[in-house]
Amino acid sequence: MSDTKIVDARDTFCPGPLMELITHMKRSNVGDTLELLSTDEGSGADVPEWVNKVGHEILSNEKVDGVWHIKIRKVK
Amino acid sequence: MRILVVGGGTGGTIVANNLARRLSAEIRARKVRITLLSASDKHMYQPGLLYVAFGQMTPDQLYRDQASLLEGSINFHVDPVKKFELDQNKVVTESGKVHDYDILVIATGSRIVPEDIPGMVKGADTFYTEASAVKMFKRLREIQEGTVAVVVGVPHKCPIAPVELVFGLHDYFKARGIRDKIKIKYHYPIGRIHTIKEVATWAKPEFDRMGIEYETLFNVSEVDAENKVVRSEEGTETHYEMLIAIPPHRGMEVIERNNMGEGGWIPTDRFKLTMTGHDNVYVLGDTTNLPVSKTGSAAHFEAEVVSENIASIIKIGTPVRDYDGKVYCFIETGHDSATYAMFNYQNPPDLKPPSKPMHWFKMAYNQMYWTSVRGLL
Repeated sequence: MSDTKIVDARDTFCPGPLMELITHMKRSNVGDTLELLSTDEGSGADVPEWVNKVGHEILSNEKVDGVWHIKIRKVK
Repeated sequence: MRILVVGGGTGGTIVANNLARRLSAEIRARKVRITLLSASDKHMYQPGLLYVAFGQMTPDQLYRDQASLLEGSINFHVDPVKKFELDQNKVVTESGKVHDYDILVIATGSRIVPEDIPGMVKGADTFYTEASAVKMFKRLREIQEGTVAVVVGVPHKCPIAPVELVFGLHDYFKARGIRDKIKIKYHYPIGRIHTIKEVATWAKPEFDRMGIEYETLFNVSEVDAENKVVRSEEGTETHYEMLIAIPPHRGMEVIERNNMGEGGWIPTDRFKLTMTGHDNVYVLGDTTNLPVSKTGSAAHFEAEVVSENIASIIKIGTPVRDYDGKVYCFIETGHDSATYAMFNYQNPPDLKPPSKPMHWFKMAYNQMYWTSVRGLL
């Protein structure tokens, strides 16, 4: 497995955390792990909704000091 | 002090002009020299392409000679960079010329890559180039009925463009008297109809009022041009009569070839706008990897920070301010009304109701751009 790649989308409204994550997921290889950092309150629910619908895997999802840390593995 | 600006789009042109004015005394004293390298002798007003796609502007209205936009003290060459040798503070151009620098500004922009999506080149219209915008308008004139589908690739520049396109389509078909025969179906990559929450909240009832259908969590995976079907990574599909794509984008090939950033986006400090690991290299506009809108507006505000800081470094030995993430985007809400979104890293946009005067302001800005890019506005 490759190292975890950090996608730092804190304090951004456009293109926004989920759009940033999708951009990086498209450039990643199957098996890669990405960790999204987001200060958008909605990310804790929005990101898993997309990840689950498209068929990738949520490894962890937690909020630490106001920042969402969401780890995702690219499955396909 | 040799300042080299690579890229003659909005960001590069504003930086070069702003620096030439701030450093006019130093340039006259031959202590500073500003060089601008561009891939073209023409400068295009890119937001105008959407008007071309609706037959409201012709392509010739989008261009000015690049040299006519520049301060006379700027050394301008149409000679794009082939190789960046950052550790030696020099670049090599396509013609083989070597340019040494003390400070480098990279503003090479982005490019569309519809070829990254199987079938998109053949099956979809778009408006991100002069030729494709004209072709799209001719298709719009021909269509009489059926589904006009809009899909959005990731990443893409001008994040407001997808909703402006949809409002424009509604007004265009209404004006032709065939709106009732055309189904407009909008597809968007995330779970709401625009990435900016405030824009999505405002636009949703507008879409409902106009009878625009939408599907969210739709990341286009392939276009079957023969059968006129567009499919998503999420497993859904839409049949269409005409497909309009906001194509995915990448940074320029020269950035990828020189291994300066994944996807052609250069790792950039979000406040200083310097390239990671290179304090004398500034990056702005679409070229950065920042989570900031890829728009002329962002490039403009970044260019003001970069030029003020470079001038201050030369005059007093230190930069004076950070980029705060400021972006201002007009939002055309049809052919006769508009609003705007202004935000930065800390403050979300506060959308105002669309109005005709804001549309007229946008129309005026389409001409004022040429003053803006000269660094005067």
